[in-house]
Amino acid sequence: MELTRRDALAALASTGIVVGAGAAAVSRLDDQRAEPAVDVDTLVAVAEVLYPTEVDGVREFVETFAAGRTADRPDYRAGMADALAVVDERAESWFDGPFATLDREDRDATLRQLGADAIPPDPAGRPPARVRYYVVNELLYAFYTSPTGGSLVGTENPIGHPGGTASYQRGPDA
Amino acid sequence: MSRGDVDRTPSPRTDVCIVGAGPAGALVAHRLASEGYDVVVLEAGPRFDPANRLERMERHIRPSHGPEDVWDMGGPRDAYTNAGEEHYPLNAARVKGVGGTTLHWQGMVFRLHESDFERRSRHGVERDWPIGYDDLQPYYAEAEAELGVAGADDNPFAPPRSEPFPMPAFRPSYSDSLFADACEELGIAMHSAPNARNSEAHDGRSACQGYGTCKPVCPSGAKYDATVHVSKAEEEEGARVIDRAPVQRIEHDRSGETVEAVVYATPDGAEHRQEARQFVLAAGGIEIPRLLLLSRSTQHPDGLANSSGAVGRYFMDHLFAGMGGELDAPTRQKHVGFITSESHQFYDEVDGSVGPYKLEFLNYAGPSPVDVALSTESEAAWGDALAEEIRDTYGNRIAMGGLCGQPPRAENRVTLNPDVTDDHGNPVPDIHWSLGERERRTIEAANETQAAIMDELGVDVDWTTGPEATGPAFHHMGTTRMGTDPDESVVNPRLRTHDLDNCWIASSSTFVTGGALNPTLTIAALALRAADAVSEAL
Repeated sequence: MELTRRDALAALASTGIVVGAGAAAVSRLDDQRAEPAVDVDTLVAVAEVLYPTEVDGVREFVETFAAGRTADRPDYRAGMADALAVVDERAESWFDGPFATLDREDRDATLRQLGADAIPPDPAGRPPARVRYYVVNELLYAFYTSPTGGSLVGTENPIGHPGGTASYQRGPDA
Repeated sequence: MSRGDVDRTPSPRTDVCIVGAGPAGALVAHRLASEGYDVVVLEAGPRFDPANRLERMERHIRPSHGPEDVWDMGGPRDAYTNAGEEHYPLNAARVKGVGGTTLHWQGMVFRLHESDFERRSRHGVERDWPIGYDDLQPYYAEAEAELGVAGADDNPFAPPRSEPFPMPAFRPSYSDSLFADACEELGIAMHSAPNARNSEAHDGRSACQGYGTCKPVCPSGAKYDATVHVSKAEEEEGARVIDRAPVQRIEHDRSGETVEAVVYATPDGAEHRQEARQFVLAAGGIEIPRLLLLSRSTQHPDGLANSSGAVGRYFMDHLFAGMGGELDAPTRQKHVGFITSESHQFYDEVDGSVGPYKLEFLNYAGPSPVDVALSTESEAAWGDALAEEIRDTYGNRIAMGGLCGQPPRAENRVTLNPDVTDDHGNPVPDIHWSLGERERRTIEAANETQAAIMDELGVDVDWTTGPEATGPAFHHMGTTRMGTDPDESVVNPRLRTHDLDNCWIASSSTFVTGGALNPTLTIAALALRAADAVSEAL
């Protein structure tokens, strides 16, 4: 199943980011002029572990979403950058390489050893709780409030997505 | 004027001062301002920026935020205590701010039944209202027009109406059609549920966009909230609304018969005194009695407007009864956050032992995909295993809800707790709330009907909310009740306090009994009735 830029823009719209600003912000994220820099490669690498394997188009989706989420929100950007640095640091320490260079199994193990699979999210908490908040739940929220993420598990109009008032009337075979 | 420069000083030559900018206060302000009166509204909470609604929705969905965070409730400003047998989660049950609790309500709008006004005469229980359905019927129609209600005249159990709903009803859901087959077998009639929510573009607001998070936040503005009438009152009719201005006490003249002013605090630490010719209390069923009790004086040693001793007493809520489980087929839940079908068939089968109840066919059973994904309680953390777990968890859930009536009892009440104070040093509300046998039996009756429907439908029921697990529906009623006898009630049938000649109450606090229907349309109808009476007095 293909994730699209449109999914990312829809997910952004669900979080209050004006779509035009999100789209425009992509270039800002790419050229990393905003500080601190969000490590896009690590973020995409995490998303590749979190999202179902049948999903394609993860990089474009994550870049677009993250760009929109962090543009003009320096505190949020700093929180995300800091949490990604924690992920990368642990990957270096435990698996001798940057997170994005690890295979899927070692990425998964890094996140689990961090405790990001079980710790309650807390933007002001210890590093694992911040990773859960700024990275894991951020990416899962984007995906499972998007039409593609919802459709993968049975609803084309997931909670958080403004999908109109026709879908609730439709049966499963419509 | 920038945010920091907001003028919160009192207005001169004010005709009407209204305490509270929720639905009752907003409607009274709009109505009286449109008649040319100078109106000032004092609101304890802030103005919320509509641009932040999606951020508030995200707070609702993401588990790192609690329910009180969505609308910034809690803390010293909102402190309260519980003295009753049952815990009452007050700050989950209200919103302080311009728009009031309609910011987080679900938007269900029903007229009380004729029987609700005549409970004593018809069934020998509870108490009669001093007014009847006929007295409120024209105000119900006005309230539906003001709020913008989507509905259909297909409810055979509803009281008579003389005009169509302002908007067509939302169509039944797919899961309604599943329930319909079972209900038909059992001889239970289903019908539409009126919503204060746009089924089409209306009154300058869009049709519902389907975010699915109606309660506690509608990002699109399709759900009515009282900011609609606050904006109209301010921008079109010249009313003045002062936010972050909690009223501390009410002051009367030497005779003790006329209110002179209310004293309110502002964020800079100052206190101000707003004078007016007439005063309308519209701060809800908890803060209105609290303010009257806080305003005791030499002439009124038990609190203002409390010569009857009824201020704060007869606190009622509706009790939730529910049941849910899994069906061996897709149920298409969580596309929208509102209800499209109900059954009021059993509502008027009231007798000496069982009160009214209504049944709701929910469109939002079970967890949503994003709920499962973000919860660290889920078995799978992420990846294919998480997607599989969501497919297993979401998709086949189905549930019913229902509201059950609670009779007025003097011991259920709001008092002041002198040992705990708020951010201004005022004693906080102390909630005394308990359940009686009558509402327990009513919940059991609702559960029995729900169980029959679930059984007929073939649902594997795995949760039931019965008398032991029930909780309040967050409808605060009865604490300044209406009546003709000043020894037994706080306001007269025109909603003026018996004791003070220029003090009015627009709130569910004036309800004599609560029925089992969501109260906001009746609050709105009473507010419009109060506005007429205040207008005549001016």
